[in-house]
Amino acid sequence: MIAFVIRRLLQSLIVMLTVGFVAFSMFNFLGDPINNMVGQDATEAEREHLRHVLGLDQPFYIQFLVYLGNALQGQFGMSYRLGMPVVRALAERLPATLELVFCAAGLALLVGVPLGVYTGLHRDRWLSKVFLTLSLIGISLPTFLIGILLILVFAVYLGWLPSFGRGDVVDLGWWTTGFLTVSGIKALILPAITLALFQLTLVMRLVRAEMMEVLRTDYIKFARARGLTNRAVHFGHALRNTLVPVITITGLQIGSLIAFAIVTETVFQWPGMGLLFLQAVQFVDVPVMSSYLVLIAFFFVAINLVVDLLYYFVDPRLRADRAVASGHG
Amino acid sequence: MQNEPLLRVDGLRVEFPGRRGTLVAVDDVSFDIAPGEVLGVVGESGAGKSMTGSAIIGLLEPPGRIAGGSISLDGRRIDNLPYEEMRRIRGKHIGAIFQDPLTSLNPLYSVGRQLVETITTHSDISEKAARDRALALLQEVGIPAPERRIDQYPHQFSGGMRQRVVIALALCANPRLIVADEPTTALDVSIQAQIIALLKRLCREHGTAVMLVTHDMGVIAETADRVAVMYAGRIAEIGPVRDVIKNPRHPYTVGLMGSIPRMGHDAERLTQIDGSMPRLTEIPAGCAFNPRCPYVFDRCRVERPDRMAVAPFHEAACWKYADGVGHA
Amino acid sequence: MAVASVPGAVRRFVDSDVFYSFRRSKVTMAAAAVTFVIVICSVLAPWIVPHNTYDVRSLNLLDAFTPPVWIEGGKPQYLLGTDDQGRDVFSTIMLGARVSLLVGFCATLFAMTIGVFLGLVSGYIGGTTDAVIMRVADVKLSFPAILIALLIDGVARGIIPRDMHDDLALYVVIFSIGISNWVAYARTVRGSTLVEKNKEYVQAARIIGLHPLTIMIRHVLPNVMGPVLVIGTLGLAGAILAEATLSFLGVGVPGTQPSLGTLIRVGNNFLFSGEWWMTIFPGVMLVILVLAVNLLGDWLRDALNPKLR
Repeated sequence: MIAFVIRRLLQSLIVMLTVGFVAFSMFNFLGDPINNMVGQDATEAEREHLRHVLGLDQPFYIQFLVYLGNALQGQFGMSYRLGMPVVRALAERLPATLELVFCAAGLALLVGVPLGVYTGLHRDRWLSKVFLTLSLIGISLPTFLIGILLILVFAVYLGWLPSFGRGDVVDLGWWTTGFLTVSGIKALILPAITLALFQLTLVMRLVRAEMMEVLRTDYIKFARARGLTNRAVHFGHALRNTLVPVITITGLQIGSLIAFAIVTETVFQWPGMGLLFLQAVQFVDVPVMSSYLVLIAFFFVAINLVVDLLYYFVDPRLRADRAVASGHG
Repeated sequence: MQNEPLLRVDGLRVEFPGRRGTLVAVDDVSFDIAPGEVLGVVGESGAGKSMTGSAIIGLLEPPGRIAGGSISLDGRRIDNLPYEEMRRIRGKHIGAIFQDPLTSLNPLYSVGRQLVETITTHSDISEKAARDRALALLQEVGIPAPERRIDQYPHQFSGGMRQRVVIALALCANPRLIVADEPTTALDVSIQAQIIALLKRLCREHGTAVMLVTHDMGVIAETADRVAVMYAGRIAEIGPVRDVIKNPRHPYTVGLMGSIPRMGHDAERLTQIDGSMPRLTEIPAGCAFNPRCPYVFDRCRVERPDRMAVAPFHEAACWKYADGVGHA
Repeated sequence: MAVASVPGAVRRFVDSDVFYSFRRSKVTMAAAAVTFVIVICSVLAPWIVPHNTYDVRSLNLLDAFTPPVWIEGGKPQYLLGTDDQGRDVFSTIMLGARVSLLVGFCATLFAMTIGVFLGLVSGYIGGTTDAVIMRVADVKLSFPAILIALLIDGVARGIIPRDMHDDLALYVVIFSIGISNWVAYARTVRGSTLVEKNKEYVQAARIIGLHPLTIMIRHVLPNVMGPVLVIGTLGLAGAILAEATLSFLGVGVPGTQPSLGTLIRVGNNFLFSGEWWMTIFPGVMLVILVLAVNLLGDWLRDALNPKLR
């Protein structure tokens, strides 16, 4: 177990270093950082001085190490566009994005898994076919269009819910939350549904496919042959066995939800990191772009680690022979 | 055989509707199994023997379905029962053992949990009592140190040990009949004999009847009381094991016996049946065996033979015995 | 000789399982028909649209914000109404679908080429090359395609001089979508290559000294075309969606050649003032196109996978 975790941590470290290197390269090669800091009329001597002060005359690998050192201390430079430290800009926006993402993920799982189980168990019922058709439409609907349609119906025509922003938020000092006010929760509904819908269809189709796969296995046939009740066979034996792939995908999906939040946040003008990132892309605000990349990578790595640990609780094969397990994660 | 049979299969027909017409996997198959009797069912793969077993336990894979005939257990028809009623019979009255012990057990549950779950499903006893019974069963199927093994997971058992667990699971509600589908095929040769011996001993002790599906004539010879030889979805020959082996009547059985080496007959050449069993889509008219049969005559190509008596309790579906002479 | 074998090939296809399952599924046939019509219309769009909306001189600003013809105030020459600049929505949709499909096809082809090539190389050569490629694929896979496409777009904005940006934007989009989608092909092809590599005929081909590239393309590639085709079809739907998303976010194709995503973005600004047709019609077109392609891909996957039938 410990060897396994250490191995995984090492892998994560390599991924983070790679991403850090990419971010650093963007930083260094996308335009001259000096140009972005000093005015047009700065003399060559002033530029040289700044270059020296910032360590830009150092060899490449030294600069990379310095970058890593700064990153570890949470220093990612200044945003060109906002004129404030990138870390502060991201930290201000982080709660909005995370609250949105977790609501969407919860919604996708709470609805997607039961639908997947139902359609997997009752392949030929008409309700399954309805769900399946809807899911196909779901994966063909781009997220932004879902958002637009929801706004059109619930904000423009019915006027029930707000179409943009986060509503009133409560500042807890280190975190701002929209959960504690009515307007905050109302503002959350449409964006969360928008973000969840695509993932929901994915989760449903995945669970369905896994369920059908598992129901064909010998141990399910043998469980039936022993006269176990349908309930025990379906929810005890089959569902449990579909969990491993579902956990994997869910983990990956939470990561991609954070990224897809870019689109949702744009549609709803949700003040999160995604909107910040998109604006950074449009203005070539490299420090924000590269830092966002590093942050997303960190989320991914952390989520993957959690997913790997969850396997241990689900699959006894991994629990028992540790040496073997670490070979085929 | 004077007694009422435990299981009676009468004119069973299993069909698979497919895109190029309906496949008949099992065609007009009839046989009885008496209480405590071991019936071997032998044949090549695709002969319909596993399909017959699946039909009996009511677990034909869709789109396969019973299209005709009947299956009765203790005089009560079970082939047309609703799923829930059949479920109560499965495990409790009819147990099943499948080919591959490696895949028959749920990898995510300990063997103890799977045993206890099965026991409590079929009888109204406490979790604790069920666990004691599970321990006793593991002991009975020859698993050493059951107290330690009961909480382990399937992957911690060897193939032979897993098949012992599977047998324990099949026996745990004391069924009166077990359908064992190739129970040793996936195992090491060295372990096969042990498992067969175990199955035979347990069933004798519990008075359990067995329908033993296999393609291994050696296993049948050692274990079964009677044997049914299947070919292309039909029973070609059925009779007491000694009679069929010593004096096979159907040309297919003769060929089958000829391809098995026998002790004390080293000098004798092993014979082989030419050709292979027809696919279910292209079963020839008349007797299905006629293209490969060395004794074929005109009638075989036109008319399908029914089973006819060739000796006491011994029947073969072959026109050779149509005139009732039989005792060649 | 070649002529004589054509009917044979057609006959074999008509008799095949794939065609059988195609004929049996009405939904699939409908999806194929819809896809076919959209593709044909898109290819011919510049010659068949009622109004050439790329031609600024033909636009009449007085006709701006005309609603669809069946709503009061609609004009017969503008079937689905006009946008803020007086462009005929029906025409912009046809021309927009053309851009969307073009980007989708090119990006998919690009991803397929890279993916198949890397998969072949990875599986055939093995060793360190394989390890490096697959590691990169793993890292790539943990990032959503949309994020990578956005980053590449941002980087491109930084590198490309501002005045050339609009000219190159289309290629940047194709590149960024393509490069973020090659992994699925690479993994599938690698897996099949590993299996094929050890078969006797490949060994034999190697012994008689055929060039590895020849072996890969002539012997290994045909065996993996089925799955590649499935991934490609579903990938096309994904690429069209990705392009629409990028364009909606304002970092996709330039406004001078609007794609469906661009049209939706522009229309979105007028959603609150009630001119819904500028958003909804391109949106419906996009969904129909993607849904049809997805249906085809779904069917193809099931038809080529006998286990599920």
